[in-house]
Amino acid sequence: MSDNNNNAEKYWQANLRLILGSLVVWALASYGCAILLRPLLSGIHVGGTDLGFWFAQQGSILVFIVLTFFYAWKMNKLDEEFGLQE
Amino acid sequence: MDQFTINLIFVGSSFALYFGIAIWARAGSTKEFYVAGGGVHPVLNGMATAADWMSAASFISMAGLIAAGGYANSTFLMGWTGGYVLLAMLLAPYLRKFGKFTVPDFIGDRFYSKTARLVAVACLIIASVTYVIGQMTGAGVAFSRFLEVDNDTGLVIAAIVVFFYAVLGGMKGITYTQVAQYVVLIIAYTIPAVFISMQLTDTLIPAIGLFSEHTESGIPLLQKLDEVVRELGFQDYTADVDNKLNMILFTLSLMIGTAGLPHVIIRFFTVPKVADARWSAGWALVFIALLYLTAPAVASMARLNLLTTVYPSGPTEQPIEYAERPDWVQTWETTGLIKFEDKNGDGRVQFYNDVPAFQEEATARGWAGNELDVNRDILVLANPEIANLPSWVIGLIAAGGLAAALSTAAGLLLAISSAISHDLIKGSINPNISDKGELKVARISMFVAIVVATYLGMNPPGFAAQVVALAFGIAGASLFPALMMGIFSKRVNGIGAITGMLAGLISTLVYIFLFLGWFFIPGTASFANTPDNWLFGISPLSFGAVGAVINFVVAFTVSSLTAPPPKEIQELVESVRYPQGAGGAVDH
Repeated sequence: MSDNNNNAEKYWQANLRLILGSLVVWALASYGCAILLRPLLSGIHVGGTDLGFWFAQQGSILVFIVLTFFYAWKMNKLDEEFGLQE
Repeated sequence: MDQFTINLIFVGSSFALYFGIAIWARAGSTKEFYVAGGGVHPVLNGMATAADWMSAASFISMAGLIAAGGYANSTFLMGWTGGYVLLAMLLAPYLRKFGKFTVPDFIGDRFYSKTARLVAVACLIIASVTYVIGQMTGAGVAFSRFLEVDNDTGLVIAAIVVFFYAVLGGMKGITYTQVAQYVVLIIAYTIPAVFISMQLTDTLIPAIGLFSEHTESGIPLLQKLDEVVRELGFQDYTADVDNKLNMILFTLSLMIGTAGLPHVIIRFFTVPKVADARWSAGWALVFIALLYLTAPAVASMARLNLLTTVYPSGPTEQPIEYAERPDWVQTWETTGLIKFEDKNGDGRVQFYNDVPAFQEEATARGWAGNELDVNRDILVLANPEIANLPSWVIGLIAAGGLAAALSTAAGLLLAISSAISHDLIKGSINPNISDKGELKVARISMFVAIVVATYLGMNPPGFAAQVVALAFGIAGASLFPALMMGIFSKRVNGIGAITGMLAGLISTLVYIFLFLGWFFIPGTASFANTPDNWLFGISPLSFGAVGAVINFVVAFTVSSLTAPPPKEIQELVESVRYPQGAGGAVDH
C-alpha cells in the first residue's frame, strides 16, 4: 500500500513538473515574446514587421497547439509508465 | 438566380442538415442528455468544442476588432486560444476523471457544501445568460441581413431551430450538430479569405499571405498597410502598446475566463477517457486555430482593401468621388452600417483619422472632417463583396455566421439547463427524482432557457456591449480559481472556497460597475472610464485576472485559519488526480 502511494506521489510530482515547464513556455511565447519582450526583439524582421508582432498574431497560437499535444502525449505515456492508465 | 434565393438555399440546406442530425441523435437518458453518453471521439469533440467556442463574436466581430486596433488587439487572438492550454493541463483531464455531469457538481462535492454548489450555479447562470443574449442577437442580425426578415422574426426562427435539436437531443444532439456547424463555418470563413489573399499577395494560405509581399507594390503587406494608414493620420497597424501591464492582464483575463466558462468545460465530460480529454483539448485548439490564424490575415487585408477602395491612386492622392463608389458600399449604406456625409462639399469621400495631430495636414488638403463611417462588424460579412466574389460565397457566409451563433447558443443553453435540472432540482430540491423525471425536467429547463434567451435577445438590456467583460470576468475570477484549487490543493476547504469565490466575484463586479455604471445602468458610473482614472492603469475589462488573484489569496488564507477538509474529501482529490486507481467518485 505504501509502495502504491509512493508511486502515485511520484506520478503527481512528475505531472506538476511537466505543467510548470509547459506554462513557462506558454507565458514566454505570449506574455514574453509577444508583449513584454517585443521592443527587445524588434531587430528581428519577419515579413514587413518584427518578431514580436508575429508572436502576437500567429506564433503564440502555434506554440499553444504544440504545447497541448506535447502535454497530452507525455502524460499519456506517464500514465502507462506508472500503470495508471484507464 | 438572385442573391436572396441563393442565401435561402444555403441557409435552408444547412438547417435541414441540423434537423436530420437532431432526429438521428435523440437522447434517451440523462447521461446522453448531459454528456452525450460519454462516448464522443476526441477529434469530433475537438471539432464540437471549436464550434461551441467560436461564437458570432469570433466569426463576425473579431477580424473587425483586429483591423481597427492592429497589434494592440492581438490580445483577443492570444487570450481566446491560450485558455485552452490552461484547460488542457489544469482542468479538463481531472474534471473528466471526476466523471459527473456539471461544473457545480464538482464544486459542490469537492467543497462538501450545498452553498458552494449554489454559488457556482449562480456564477454559471449569470455568465452563461449574459453570453447567450449576444448569440441570439447575432443570429437575429444575420437572419435580417441575409433573409430579409425583421430582427425579431429572425430571432424566433433561430430559437425554433435551436429548440428542436437541443431539447430533443440534449448534449448528444448538440455535439453532432456542432460538428456539422464547425464544417459549415470554417469553410465559409476560409474561402473568401483565400480569394483575398490570392488577390493581394498571390499566396494561397491567408496566414502566410499576412507576412508576404504585397504583389502590387512589391513591399511586404504589413509595411504597405503601415504606410497607408500613416498617411491618413492613423496609428501604425503594427505599432507597439505603451500600457503593457494592462495588455498582459487583459490577455490573462481572457485566458482564465476561457478556461473557466462552463459551456466549454462540460464539452470535455463527453469523451470516453481521461487520455481522450487531453487529446481533445489539443484538437479543439487546432480547429480553433484554423479560424484564428486566418482572422488576422482577413483583418489586415480587409483594412488595406477598404482604404484602397477609397483611395484608388494612393493615400496622398484624391479619394474617389461619392458617385463612383462601388456597389457593395451602396448595399451596406442601406443597412446604415456604412455612413457618408460630404462635409467639405467636394463630392469626394474623405476617410481619415480625425484627430488634432492630423488637423494641419487635413486642412492643407482641404478636408473638413472624416466623411466615412464604417461599422467594424461588417468586415467579414462584406468581405466577399469587397473582393468581388461570386454570389454563392455570400450565401455561404450567411450560413456560416448562423452556424457560429447557433452552435454557441446551444452549448450555453445546455450549460444553463443542466445547472437548473441537475444542480438545483436534483442536487438541492428533489434528490430522489428518477432518471426519467430528471430528463423531463432537463428538457423543460432547456425550453424555459430558450424562451428567456429569446426574450432577452429581442429586448437586450442596455449592457449588451459589456457582456463579454462580465462573462469572462465572472468565469475567470470565480469559477476558474475554485476549480483549480479543488484539484491542486487538498488543504482548501469549503468555507475557504466559498469566501474566495465571493471575493473574486464581488471585487471584479465592483471594479466593472465603478467605471461602466452600477448594474450597467447608464449614468451611474462612479468614475469616467478613462485610463487616467483606472487603478494602476488596469481597465475594467482586464480586472478578471486581478479578481482571480484575490480569490486565490482569500481562499488560502481562510482555509489555513480553519479546519482542513475531511479525509474522504482528500481522498476525492487524490482520485481525480490519477486516471485510474484509488477508487472514488466515478459513477460508471
